[in-house]
Amino acid sequence: MSRTEIFNRIRSGLRVGINDEARRQSVQARLDARAPNLIPQRAQRPHAEQLQLFMEMARESAAELVELQRRDQLAAAAEHWLADNGCQQLVIAGDENLHDLSWSGNAGLVREQRPAQVGDQASLTNAFCGIAETGTLLLYSRQESPTTLNFLPDNHLVVLAASQVVGVYEEAWQKLRAATGGSLPRTVNLITGPSRSADIEQKLQMGAHGPRQLVIFLLHDE
Amino acid sequence: MDVRSSAFKHNARIALEDANLQQALGNLKAGFPGKRAAAVARLPEFDQLRDQARDLKNHILEHLDLYLEEFERKVLANGGQVHWCRTDEDARRTVLEICRQQNAKTVTKGKSMVTEEIGLNDYLEAHGVTPVETDLGEYILQLRQDHPSHIVAPAIHLTLNDVAEAFHEHHQRPKSDDPAVLMQEAREMLRQQFVAADVGITGANFLIAETGSTIICTNEGNGDLTQTLPKTHVVVSSIEKVVPTLEDMTLFLRLLARSATGQEFTVYNTLSSGPRRPGDQDGPEHFHVVLVDNGRSDMLGSELQEMLRCIRCSACMNHCPVYGAVGGQSYGWVYPGPMGSVLTPQMVGIENAALLPNASTFCGKCEEVCPVRIPLPKLMRHWREREFARHLTPKAARYGLKFWSFFARRPALYRWLAGSGNRLLRLLARNKGRLGRLPLAGGWTDHRDLPTPSGKTFMQQWQERNR
Repeated sequence: MSRTEIFNRIRSGLRVGINDEARRQSVQARLDARAPNLIPQRAQRPHAEQLQLFMEMARESAAELVELQRRDQLAAAAEHWLADNGCQQLVIAGDENLHDLSWSGNAGLVREQRPAQVGDQASLTNAFCGIAETGTLLLYSRQESPTTLNFLPDNHLVVLAASQVVGVYEEAWQKLRAATGGSLPRTVNLITGPSRSADIEQKLQMGAHGPRQLVIFLLHDE
Repeated sequence: MDVRSSAFKHNARIALEDANLQQALGNLKAGFPGKRAAAVARLPEFDQLRDQARDLKNHILEHLDLYLEEFERKVLANGGQVHWCRTDEDARRTVLEICRQQNAKTVTKGKSMVTEEIGLNDYLEAHGVTPVETDLGEYILQLRQDHPSHIVAPAIHLTLNDVAEAFHEHHQRPKSDDPAVLMQEAREMLRQQFVAADVGITGANFLIAETGSTIICTNEGNGDLTQTLPKTHVVVSSIEKVVPTLEDMTLFLRLLARSATGQEFTVYNTLSSGPRRPGDQDGPEHFHVVLVDNGRSDMLGSELQEMLRCIRCSACMNHCPVYGAVGGQSYGWVYPGPMGSVLTPQMVGIENAALLPNASTFCGKCEEVCPVRIPLPKLMRHWREREFARHLTPKAARYGLKFWSFFARRPALYRWLAGSGNRLLRLLARNKGRLGRLPLAGGWTDHRDLPTPSGKTFMQQWQERNR
């Protein structure tokens, strides 16, 4: 039985017994505390500066950033971007706040709500939060937000409320635990820019297997 | 994969004369070290994070059994399964068994060095399951029936033309030497494979005990498609990769990308916690974690325990003058460079890999850049001692050491000889400061000049200064 054998070897290597209470307590304490390690200064600033840092870092990661004031500007901005980039089709996540957007309807855009399929041109999803430290988006899987929307379409359009931008990863974990009741959703995606690879002669090429473009619609009033 | 580490000298000689390889290795040297240095310079706390990472890894290793138990408990609670594999053979069989339960014909694979370590692809293929590598570098290698030469950039030993030829032959398209076009071809070729696969296999960079999650860090997004589209997701990883909490994982994530590619953060960092939940419209229905030991538990409590801190960033090989000269394949097995020279003897036996810990100049650069501060030269020295103790050291080296120790134990004689040698070499060099040729030193002088001593011996200088 491999399991028993592995654990026996670990304990004999470490020269510890199976019922060492002090060790168990030390482990349990660490698991319960969820204490942060050293957090770099970079993103420990007032929210307005975190927002600036988020935008800088996101742009550096080659994400495209579209700043909007309000959600009612979202549909027009998305239609505009899609038209500019030759997309006639958009798969939208099932979140309620993406339902009643004021689409003009005259751009010839086919809109659907489902998981992604091969050949999809673009998707539109919500981000749970943004992380200023590296310009990173956090998204997670749930009924309304299938994970394939984040990876299969050629272009990924993400809506992010400015109030949901935090400084560092540690704050994102706290927020996530609070939102999902402690245990994690099936998939948590930290996304920093569009897909890329440098596997051919170390020359960076964008658009490997995931989205070729990542567009962040940042809503300042939300 | 066959172990060819005992042919290191032969492999290295061929590598040094391979113009194509030398051109490819130039890309590595021009890229990674500079990018890492720039990323490190942007994060003033980097060295403090390294200290914390070292200490945290030490804590984890001292409590490895308990963190693994917690991880297993949480994976089960999430609806996943955990398989414990003592050996590479156990691991191969376990993965095949899972594939057979699903009647799998093809499996897609994200990049995973542990699956290379256990020789998974050949085994699956021999048993009627077709593995499809989806990481661009690994895909190129699979087409060429080749093996990774680097743990992060697996195809770093190939040039653009090598890739162009492989794609031209296998894709039946006109040959292109534009990397963008080639990547586009791979993207198109693999699209249907992602959907058609019955099982998706990925590795894991870390296992999180608190949540029972596994995480992959990738730039391409292939790992995510691999694990999201098929019915079954199999994570193949190793026991030392467990970390306590998300906060602890974060410490390592801040170090990993910067040390590896010099990126601020990897594009996709994805946590997976079990199979799809009620209501989920996509994601795998089955979630398996295959945990491989394969010699790791034997390292606990030994001189090699510190090696288990390794987070597979590749900084040590990116900065190694030996790796940079001979490339990863010269090392003859899965893990190349300094980390490989410590791990390979453990996994394949020192009798099959004794040359690797000797293939180092001990310049110390690997230890200097290691994000978890593994004393790699010390660990290589440890293997040299074991090699010597087991009488595996070649005769010439043993006699050489005996000869040297004879003089070393006779200080007066040693000093006289060192002083005379010093003078003789200077005389031979006729004040040029270097020798183009020297009897018995052809191994050095065939390729470069031998610098000659420029002054007095160390002991002479020491005595003068202390006078």
